[in-house]
Amino acid sequence: MRIELKKRDGISTLFAILSPFVALGLTLIAGVILFIALGKDPVAALYSFFIEPLTEIWSLHELAIKAAPLILIAVGLSVCYRSNNWNIGAEGQFIIGAMAGSILPVVFHGWQSPLVLPLMIVFAMIGGAAYAAIPAFLKARLNTNEILTSLMLVYVAQLFLDWTVRGPWRNPEGFNFPETRNFHDYAVLPRIIETGKTHWGFGFALIAALVLWFIMRRTLKGFEITVLGQSARAGRFAGFSDKKMVYFAFLVSGALAGLAGLSEVSGSIGQLRPVISPGYGFTAIIVAFLGRLNPLGIVAAGLVLALTYLGGEAAQISIGITDKVTRLFQGLLLFFVLGCDTLIHYRIRLVFGAAQKGSAA
Amino acid sequence: MDMTQAIILTIMTAATPLLLAAIGELVVERSGVLNLGVEGMMIMGAVAAFAIAQLTGSAGLGAIGGLVAGMLFSLLFGFLTLTLVANQVATGLALTILGLGLSGMIGEAFIGLPGLKLAAVEIPLLSDIPFFGRILFAQDPIFYTSIVAVIGVSWFLFRSRAGLRLRAIGDNHSSAHALGIKVVRTRYLAVMFGGACAGLAGAHLSIVYTPQWVENMTAGRGWIALALVVFASWRPGRALIGAYLFGAVSIGQLFAQSRGIGIPSQLLSALPYLATIAVLVIISLNRRMTLINTPASLGKSFVPER
Repeated sequence: MRIELKKRDGISTLFAILSPFVALGLTLIAGVILFIALGKDPVAALYSFFIEPLTEIWSLHELAIKAAPLILIAVGLSVCYRSNNWNIGAEGQFIIGAMAGSILPVVFHGWQSPLVLPLMIVFAMIGGAAYAAIPAFLKARLNTNEILTSLMLVYVAQLFLDWTVRGPWRNPEGFNFPETRNFHDYAVLPRIIETGKTHWGFGFALIAALVLWFIMRRTLKGFEITVLGQSARAGRFAGFSDKKMVYFAFLVSGALAGLAGLSEVSGSIGQLRPVISPGYGFTAIIVAFLGRLNPLGIVAAGLVLALTYLGGEAAQISIGITDKVTRLFQGLLLFFVLGCDTLIHYRIRLVFGAAQKGSAA
Repeated sequence: MDMTQAIILTIMTAATPLLLAAIGELVVERSGVLNLGVEGMMIMGAVAAFAIAQLTGSAGLGAIGGLVAGMLFSLLFGFLTLTLVANQVATGLALTILGLGLSGMIGEAFIGLPGLKLAAVEIPLLSDIPFFGRILFAQDPIFYTSIVAVIGVSWFLFRSRAGLRLRAIGDNHSSAHALGIKVVRTRYLAVMFGGACAGLAGAHLSIVYTPQWVENMTAGRGWIALALVVFASWRPGRALIGAYLFGAVSIGQLFAQSRGIGIPSQLLSALPYLATIAVLVIISLNRRMTLINTPASLGKSFVPER
């Protein structure tokens, strides 16, 4: 048996919409098989993984809190990936953004004013963008592979945060724990509604998604992003600069990752610690693809991936499986998404029997 | 054994997994396929080798298990990118994410257990050569494999007909296909070879370098191996030099940390990653050489026309 692909005349609108759902379905099936293999009741396991977190108001707030950084980062990454710039270092830009945003409440903690929070946001976005500018500069100027440089900078950022929090920024009144001062009241991102924990990070995520959706759909810039992504040569004939696009894509995604980092430390954690992200920058890559690189699709995909984080915690408590399952699900989901996307551009035919011999063979 | 010998030996041990993974990926990329999943295949090799060594009591079987695990895992990548022509960059990332997750789950039962170490094999007579004997001929089998792989791959790529075909596919898959070369089949074999090398490299980490299982124990080595392929401009001999340079950097920083020379340990730990960036920058300064050596079809999907 062989699998043959036949190019469709256009793209299949049906599968363009269906493919993320097919991928989710396949992931659930894989989950059932996995839970049976682990000797757990698959219905109970899937219930506590994917349904239980949605049944309580407080856990819906947790969902929004976890989805916020994923959506913010993934929306930025969609600009990169659409324009064929492979920024996989969002995790590092997230960290540097969070650190830049924390300068005011940690180093200048005496200055308490309503101006602090807006400035923190600006600093964080500049920090994230500046860190993303390194691989962008190297790619635009020297043609250095941006995948490897952006990824290497993640490790550097993690170590830099670790050093800062254990060294110069350690809380002098903190009994030697490796953490900074708690942010003062002016430095904490407020909640959206009084009754729940969801902070403005989620609001930023929705705004970013809407703005980028508008840019991609309705402006020349959006057209430029798509054209340059599909063919840099064609883009140059249209008068677009692929070099400028490298900077644009990296700076936008770096700034959004930085904003995500700030929302996390200011809205959720309230201080800097040696580790501030459970891999949001990498999970956001999955979010971007599951959302089909469409900012509105990414909002939905961000909520789904946030659910896997919550579900992992819930399942660990209720049925005693390791929370490593979360990352396994996330990886499987990306695999299925990429596989299903083939259906958009190709018809798949199963050919039974021996392969026919080509004349040139 | 004197101090110099000991230092050289540790550098070689640190370099072996980088070299093996880089050699495997080099063949994959020469066939025109960019598999960014080296880190994922490596960590699967590491966990499989450790688990199989524990369960069978034989580190040798563990090494073979790691190799097979890496190869099987690479087939996932092959199926998606070669059969379903999915985007190679994204699929490689998926392979890494999946590998880190799956290995974490499998390895949970093995955390903290003392590991089995693959014994060194002394080659009679040769290992008695003064100074070099202990360094080159009293090593673990995976080290020998890595050296054989460098020589074998050099010969295969530049001296054999099959290697010429593989390079032809990497440079222009459409022309190669028109000449009747089996593009997809050759690429599958190349991807599997890359997976086997990465798996064995991972096995080296968990049963030779540090015989234990630690989550994420590859710590970016798969990515460094990818950078080494670029550094080597797709030539096996240069990959060997690059891997040993990196081995020296990582051992040097460990040495400096243990001496406590007043530099923050985090900065020293960041050195291998910073060195990777520096190396990539230096290589890309010479743009013409990169352009000449890069396989022209690298990363592009191929759909045979029927």
